[in-house]
Amino acid sequence: MAEQLFYFLIYPGLLFAAVVGAFLSWYDRKITAWVQFRKGPPLFQPFYDFFKLLLVKETILPKHGSKGVFLAAPIFAVFGASIAGVFILLPLLGIESGFKGDIIVIFYLLTIPSLTYIIGALATGNPLAAVGGSREMKLILSYELTFILVLAGIIQKAGMSISLNEIISLQVLNGVFGGSLSGIILFIVFIFCIQAKLALVPFDAPEAETEIAGGIMIEYSGTPYAMIKLAKYIMFFILPAFLIGLLWGGLNFEGINILWSILKILFVVLLLTLIRNTNPRVKIKQAVRYFLVWMNLLAIIAIVLSYFGL
Amino acid sequence: MGFKEFCFKKSLWLFHFAGASCNNCDIEILDCLTPRYDVERFGMVLVGSVRHADVLLVNGSINQRDKSRLLEIYEQAPKPLVVVAIGACGCTGGIFAEGDTFAGPVDKIIPVDAYIPGCPPKPEAILAGIVKLLNK
Ligand code: SF4
Repeated sequence: MAEQLFYFLIYPGLLFAAVVGAFLSWYDRKITAWVQFRKGPPLFQPFYDFFKLLLVKETILPKHGSKGVFLAAPIFAVFGASIAGVFILLPLLGIESGFKGDIIVIFYLLTIPSLTYIIGALATGNPLAAVGGSREMKLILSYELTFILVLAGIIQKAGMSISLNEIISLQVLNGVFGGSLSGIILFIVFIFCIQAKLALVPFDAPEAETEIAGGIMIEYSGTPYAMIKLAKYIMFFILPAFLIGLLWGGLNFEGINILWSILKILFVVLLLTLIRNTNPRVKIKQAVRYFLVWMNLLAIIAIVLSYFGL
Repeated sequence: MGFKEFCFKKSLWLFHFAGASCNNCDIEILDCLTPRYDVERFGMVLVGSVRHADVLLVNGSINQRDKSRLLEIYEQAPKPLVVVAIGACGCTGGIFAEGDTFAGPVDKIIPVDAYIPGCPPKPEAILAGIVKLLNK
């Protein structure tokens, strides 16, 4: 029991994932600044933001809304993100082998943060939050099918194995999946799914700052907003880590390999950042079409290719 | 300086309230976010919702209509909140001070923590004001 709690709360769960995720989010902001020829925020900026929201700011509750749900939603988001983080990171860091079928569980757990944002947004009674919530829901409906197709492609490449640990050890033995043609296509589709899951530009219509003033986050302030930030930091680390586990042979922390593992994560986040900096926000209609038609098509092509062993 | 205060000063999120301004101050405020001045160095970002704001930047003259809105925005923001009046209009009323619809400079309506005069103040002046505020 104590061991499980340690896994959940400290390593590799809540604390570790949040700290790494916070540094990654600094890296994302710094790269963004460099792309725009700016200097960018200091290294500990995400921590300052988090502690400011947690300790200093007042929490305002919605007057015409459900206060309990409004406050509970961010906590569930943190729980969902850290449980998903534990399931992803335990096999990835080689601590425990997980269980058979954990990919399916991870798939469901990864949707919890987005769902709780919607619930929290709808509980505020703010019309702009409702607009954001409905957009987020449409976005989930469109990328989730693509995401499961990508997972199906990977499972097929792994010879119908649905355990993350087996997939990683298969890649360690036979070379990474990301090296083949179908693997490259799956990688591209996966990157766009992550982009939508993290609600980064071009798929940030639910939060559109300039248009609906923060959308699903509009009413959050103080401690609940700090919780949302925490969930976002965790997601910012575990989604790239999941991608690396499934397509790039996982992480390895022995000797010089540690550098290679860190570079893998930084490279994936760099890709996400560059996509977010070089694209405008798309309308929700365009985003839905993008996933339902083009990304699904690519994923199906990849599945067919991998069926023929390419 | 305690840990809380340190975090607060390191991460000020700005919300921009434009009264009946001539739009020049708005442009100068946006200048501070551009690569040349880059206030993100100090951890400042412009936020879309006043619920996330730590600093309320008010510029332009406040007329009868703006008054109630400014008050409402001020009450909607989570405290602690720093209010900065920017430009001659924000500080005193400037060229609009004798107009019929003028409803008083910002500090007659809400408490103001810092004044940055100028018509419009240069981005350097705005940055200097913010740095002074941080060292207060
Ligand atoms: S202070 Fe000057 S520049 Fe600024 S809004 Fe007033 S008139 Fe325009």
